[in-house]
Formats: sequence, structure tokens, C-alpha cells
Amino acid sequence: MKDLLPDIERWRRDGERIAVARVVDIEGSGPRLPGAAMAVTESGEVAGSVSGGCVEGAVVGEALSILDGTTKPRVVTFGYSDDEAFAVGLTCGGTIHLFIEELAW
Amino acid sequence: MTTAPDTPLFDRYAELLRTETPVALATIIEGDQTGAKLLVTTDGAEPLGTLGHPDLDRVVARDAIAELEAARSGVRSYGPEGQTTPEDLIDQPTIRVFVESHAPPPQMWIFGAVDFTAALARVAKILGYRVTVCDAREVFATKRRFPMADAVRVTWPTPIFDELGAELGPRDAVCILTHDPKFDVPAVQGALATRVGYIGVMGSRKTHDKRMERLTEVGVDDDGFNRLMSPIGLDLGARTPEETAVSICAEIIARRTGKGVPSLRDASGPIHS
Repeated sequence: MKDLLPDIERWRRDGERIAVARVVDIEGSGPRLPGAAMAVTESGEVAGSVSGGCVEGAVVGEALSILDGTTKPRVVTFGYSDDEAFAVGLTCGGTIHLFIEELAW
Repeated sequence: MTTAPDTPLFDRYAELLRTETPVALATIIEGDQTGAKLLVTTDGAEPLGTLGHPDLDRVVARDAIAELEAARSGVRSYGPEGQTTPEDLIDQPTIRVFVESHAPPPQMWIFGAVDFTAALARVAKILGYRVTVCDAREVFATKRRFPMADAVRVTWPTPIFDELGAELGPRDAVCILTHDPKFDVPAVQGALATRVGYIGVMGSRKTHDKRMERLTEVGVDDDGFNRLMSPIGLDLGARTPEETAVSICAEIIARRTGKGVPSLRDASGPIHS
């Protein structure tokens, strides 16, 4: 999270709303440990990463749907075990659980 | 576009992260109050925020401090009032809490202000260590020669271990690169008296053998020798200071993860064959 602070502070100065996705749990092979974080602004700017680049695209979509109120803060799971595996699975075969919420605390 | 919300808890959290103050952030990720937060520090101050019930706050704060001390982040489950025992959780809704720990960086102390030291300090910085370089020779132990180090100390080993050795723990490393017995021996003795997780000592096989004799003379026993990685580093065939630095840091990682990769200590014959 520390790495994201400069971007987050710049965005906040510009009055942007921000969603933050954090890795909370991994099963099997996962590229980033719990605590790895990624921030997404309303205008779609991104800082940080939560995997080796496998799921970041899908996370942006989830983050934007939280910022526009379509979904509530929640745990989102990516991995071979879910139906969308081919769309946004991890190439390493692991499963990651992310908690995504607006930075409003 | 709606206005960005105020973020008082985040602002405090960001300030603690910037100043590298140990902090744990607990967030309810599943439960009635999803998103609720508690910010816990180790200085005895009241945690900031709330997870919705004082007993839950108290139990999570206690657990968060333990996670922080182990530098671990992960998910824990509780009942709505902080219950943790399985009997108390029957027929209770489960609250899942993610505890994100920001422990202080691990430390690496490097003895000997040589070329290998500069390379090792650089690689250690990449891995997130707080690096201290120590040498008794004022001419060599300068910040100008080791700008990447967090601290450069002109000192013999014994005084610095007496002063700060108690700070060292299982996540920390002591690397002794002096390969001069009058420096190595007190550095090894000092390191063995701490809880430090990794002790590596540089030198050729010949230096190593002589050093072992001297250490035996001063009373280092088998438990002590088992903690020493000597000669330091993995058996990579490293030659340059930079390659050697990688072999040392790789050995530290391998010791932590318990992977059976070959260390120079467990091999024989010349190091650079």
C-alpha cells in the first residue's frame, strides 16, 4: 500500500474518488502476497498490482462498479475454480481473493 | 462526478506508513459491517475506528498486534462480539476480518566495509532490509562509500551488539564479510548471543577452517556452529561482488522458506571452481 501513496495523494488533491483492491488470501500458487494492493480512480487510472498482470483488467471493472454504486464492497475471487476462469484466470493456476472497496474511510 | 469523501482514518494510516511506524489495519471483509475498520499501533495508543462492537475491537486489536509482531497479513474469523472458540461460534454469524500488517523492515547488519559490502547493501535494499554497515576502520566506514546503507557505524563488533543486539530477531540477518579473525570472531560471538535469524560469514575454505578453530577455542558449541552459514552464500559459482550478494540474499530466502537448495556451507572444494 505504501507504494500507492504518492498516486493516491495526487488523485485526492484532484478530487478523484478512488477504489482500492487488496489481496486478502491466496490458495495454491499466487504471485502477490496478502496485503498487495491496487488503486483505481473513477476516470480509470490505475496504480499498483494484485497479480502478475493476469486479473488487473477485471479488477478495474470491479472497482469502477463499486465507485458507480452498482456493487457493494465485497470479496472477489479469481482463479481456475470459478466459471470465468478462462476470462480472467491466473495463469499460475492459483486462486486469489481480493477485497474491493471505495477509499472512503 | 461526485465529490471525493474525507478519509480521516486513511490519512492517519498513510502517515504511519510514510514514517515506517508499525501499524495493522483490520477491515471487516464479510459480515454486517463490511468495510468497518480498526487501526492498531504497538505504542499502546487506543486503536482508531471500530468494527462495530467494543469486545470485537478488543479481541481484533490483540490479534492484530500478534500478526504485526510476526509481520503476517491474513484473514481471521470471529463472532459478532469477538468470539473465537468454536463452541462460542455455533449458531453465530461469522465475521471475517482481514488484518494487514505493516511491520518495521527487517534489519541486515554487514560487518566489513569492502566492495562486497556495497553490492550486498544494494541487493538487501531491493529486498526491503534496513541496512547497517559496520567497520572499525574510520577511513573505510563512510556514508560516502555506502550511500545505499541506512546507517554506517565506525565500531568494533562487540560494542554494537551490546548496544543494539537485543533489537535483532528471526527476520533479521548478520553478514560478516571481514574475513579477518580479529573482527570475525567477536562478530560471530556477538551475533550468536542474539535471536537473529541468519548469520553468514565470508571466507575461502581455508579461512573458514581457521575460523572454526578459533571459534571452538573461544567456546562456540555445535548449536552455535549450526546457526552459522560459513562460507556464506549459496553454491552458485558467484564471482563478482554483485553475484556474491545475490547468492547471500538467495541463501537468506532459502533458509527462511526451508527449501533444500545447496549452500556453500554444505559443499566442499574451492568456492570458485
